Amino acid sequence: MIEVDLARSSVRTLNERLHHLTPRANELHWRVLNPAGAHNIAVGITQRVDVEIKGHVGYYCAGMNAAATVVVDGHAGTGLAENIMSGLVRVRGNASQSAAASGRGGFVVIEGSAGARCGISMKGVAIVVGGSVGHMSAFMGQAGTLIVCGEAGQDLGDSLYEAEIFVAGTVASLGADCIEKEMTQDAVEHVAALLDRAGITANANRFRHYGSARRLYNFHIDHASEY
Amino acid sequence: MMSASSLPQSATFSPETIAEIERAANEGLYKIRGFGTLRPLPSFDDLVLLGASISRYPLEGYREHCATDVTLGTRFAKKPIELNIPITIAGMSFGALGVNAKRALGRGASAVGTSTTTGDGGMSEEERSESKILVYQVLPSRYGFDPDHLRACEAIEIVVGQGAKPGGGGMLLGQKITERVAQMRTLPAGIDQRSACRHPDWTGPDDLAIKIQELRELTDWEKPVFIKIGSTRPHYDVQLAVKAGADVVVLDGMQGGTGATQEVFIEHAGIPTLPALRQAVEALQELGQHRKVQLIISGGIRSGADVAKALAMGADAVSIGTAALIALGCNGSVHIEDYYALGTKPGACHHCHTGRCPVGITTQDPVLESRLDVEEGARRIRNFLTVLTMEAQTLARACGKSHLHNLEPEDLAALSVEAAAMAGVPLAGTDWIPGKSRH
Repeated sequence: MIEVDLARSSVRTLNERLHHLTPRANELHWRVLNPAGAHNIAVGITQRVDVEIKGHVGYYCAGMNAAATVVVDGHAGTGLAENIMSGLVRVRGNASQSAAASGRGGFVVIEGSAGARCGISMKGVAIVVGGSVGHMSAFMGQAGTLIVCGEAGQDLGDSLYEAEIFVAGTVASLGADCIEKEMTQDAVEHVAALLDRAGITANANRFRHYGSARRLYNFHIDHASEY
Repeated sequence: MMSASSLPQSATFSPETIAEIERAANEGLYKIRGFGTLRPLPSFDDLVLLGASISRYPLEGYREHCATDVTLGTRFAKKPIELNIPITIAGMSFGALGVNAKRALGRGASAVGTSTTTGDGGMSEEERSESKILVYQVLPSRYGFDPDHLRACEAIEIVVGQGAKPGGGGMLLGQKITERVAQMRTLPAGIDQRSACRHPDWTGPDDLAIKIQELRELTDWEKPVFIKIGSTRPHYDVQLAVKAGADVVVLDGMQGGTGATQEVFIEHAGIPTLPALRQAVEALQELGQHRKVQLIISGGIRSGADVAKALAMGADAVSIGTAALIALGCNGSVHIEDYYALGTKPGACHHCHTGRCPVGITTQDPVLESRLDVEEGARRIRNFLTVLTMEAQTLARACGKSHLHNLEPEDLAALSVEAAAMAGVPLAGTDWIPGKSRH
């Protein structure tokens, strides 16, 4: 286990060491102490390493992550795991706005709640939120899955493409072109599998399924009120 | 009896206005098109350079050197980019443009030692292989955005806006969303693609500063970070970009082109390149950052005279988009029947949005695209960039300058009161700059 104390070292030094890891590196387990809300911790990792961060982090923690497993033992600021490509990012607490924004792959688990725009422009990432999400979550979501065990704020799934959303609690309102869809047995199994992988206990049968009505896919005057 | 030609017509409701109202009423959609502004606007044509005479000493045309190089990204980046000429190729997406056009631009620009820029939808392998110096855009949509491409580029450009549609998002109509374009952007093929107008993970200048740090962290502080803005309030926007930590500001004037957007945007939003450039330079000077944070100006740059005047006003480099496409063959007088099929003709085509480009530039159709020969296109780009550079050098030498960057506002005069006010240079034959005290 390699320990990096950010009270004595810098984010730059930490990231530089993580970026210089090679596929054959022996330094597979890292622990980051005293993050103190610093921004850009563990950005741009490309190797299969485990990074445990003991405390709260600021913006863009684990941004553009590929392959690595990053666990935040605290809360996370804006843009957690933004544009994640692969790997796993887990937050034990809450995450601020734009969590997993534009994520193209991988898995993001927020054990607490997430702020506004969770999963905005998501492009393939799977997101499980143990609590609730704020307004405009999954806005323009293109691909991937957003699972919300609590409630969802206003305009969920606004201007949605092909991302799928599952919410156990109430939804304040659906955004433009987002509709409720049938909760098929395949969907139940898909949700159950992701919950299991996230380590979050919830009954998959309680979730409701939301997706795109595809009315905005081609410009048409009859749908002008949706724009 | 009055002849038809002498019948009085309304200036407010001209025949063109009536036709547009009828079109809107019939179709129920706003007009979408490509290209840029069609109406006349104040431009660099309204300025002249003051060549040397007795009070100034010119350089000899063929014997005395006039350097053209420029370095971009000297503020924070470990590896600034060095260009042989201060003329770059603006961001244009693979999707809006076909792959042959992107390859020709890359090959031609590389031949003269300058850069090209990606666009919405990410970086294609062909573009990367052809462009020795490639600027990778980070756009609100993040279509095709890949951190490996950040690592692979020479500079990063965060796009906040563009001159053709400041405050608006991108648009690519379904006829250009082929399987390959759709796959790169993670979209269903054939849909009308909308792009967000705001970035998904930052919302203001304080956030932007942290976003820039993230990009620097990911690339180990090697790459210059550009910020591209549309020209609306350049004084404030340039200063906020500098405050956020930009190495380079790219300012796109109202005349900047686009592959597709609402016509009302193209013709009625933003301010022309001329006043935008002056305001941007003043903003940098106020902060003591002029020439430290480099300024690239774009939007209607067509000639070496435009380049020289832009640099004299204080830009470090210019960027060209539409002019480069015209050099490739856009609006050329070939395949005329295909122009007619679009309801247009060579010299008047702005139908990039249709995907039916008669000369194979703004299309994804394999048959049309085959009309653009990459090697010939690259030759034309190289020639055009060389001519722009030589023209700018000609004017600079005449002003007694041994480097294009030695041109200055004192070398300029304006031909109209409006241009004098917008550019901040004296009306020709006077010492009068409207809006500024003579003393």
